[in-house]
Amino acid sequence: MAVKARITVYPRPEILDPQGKAITGALGRLGFGQVTDVRAGKSFEIELSKKGRNVEKVLAQMCEQLLANTLIEDYSVELLDGGAKK
Amino acid sequence: MRCGVVVFPGSNCDHDVYHVLKHVLDQEVLFLWHGDADLRDCQLVVLPGGFSYGDYLRAGAMAVHSPILEEVRRHAESGGQVLGICNGFQILLETGLLDGAMRRNRSLRFECRDVYLRVERDDLPFTSDYDQGQVLRMPIAHAEGSYIGSEEMLDELEESSRVVFRYVTPDGADATGEDEERWNVNGSARAIAGVCNEAGNVLGMMPHPERCAEQVFGNVDGLAVFAAVAGAGARGLGVLS
Repeated sequence: MAVKARITVYPRPEILDPQGKAITGALGRLGFGQVTDVRAGKSFEIELSKKGRNVEKVLAQMCEQLLANTLIEDYSVELLDGGAKK
Repeated sequence: MRCGVVVFPGSNCDHDVYHVLKHVLDQEVLFLWHGDADLRDCQLVVLPGGFSYGDYLRAGAMAVHSPILEEVRRHAESGGQVLGICNGFQILLETGLLDGAMRRNRSLRFECRDVYLRVERDDLPFTSDYDQGQVLRMPIAHAEGSYIGSEEMLDELEESSRVVFRYVTPDGADATGEDEERWNVNGSARAIAGVCNEAGNVLGMMPHPERCAEQVFGNVDGLAVFAAVAGAGARGLGVLS
């Protein structure tokens, strides 16, 4: 059964995020004064041909090896379509 | 010396490096295609500037997985000389051959201008024609050049003298206060512009020495990087005089 997953990658909290800072400022100028912080990240939707037992682990390996630079970024993995286990 | 310049899809400083090595310094130079897992016996391997694989995902991230990079890694680990300039530096960081990472410039803009560098080490194959403390003027041209690492990593880098070039004011002083934003253009941690590995055979730098390596460009401050590593010191000086 095909599987869909969403991976999100964000700059680590201790890393200054210049894009997020610029967006925070822009939202403030548009009148959204209640915005105190924005972190800008990336999102990947990944389709897999079938769901192995280790699908989360495999997705984490993809993050470690390519999708995230773990020196400066954190990632999270989410199975979509309910992530129903079969 | 037999020198190789790696060509990725999106490299755009490969011919500049080739020109300096071949026509200014009279070295043997080959282009090495990213898809070939073969360095063709080159002693010096240069990863040039540009936008390898369109800088998709992160600058340098895709290039790391091209076939030639495994050979570059082997070359570096056996003591062979590897020079990464700009995008090449980003690639070396992504491979882990050099420590650290790159963020977007603090201005969020592509910065293309001359900066000043202080030579922090003159005992490397790449810097032996400079003197420690010497100030160089070199162009930068990048959007993701703000060097960063954890505080512990940066401390370790300093303690083991792996900072090779630092952004400074035109008179060579550390840029502080208002000067800091002006001269450390991209906002690099500790104003780091170039680092080497522990053994000193791998150098990565954001500024472009190949763009200031010939009299016709009005600046030859970068020539000594290539002259020194290629062992072409005498000829390099001949070109300058």
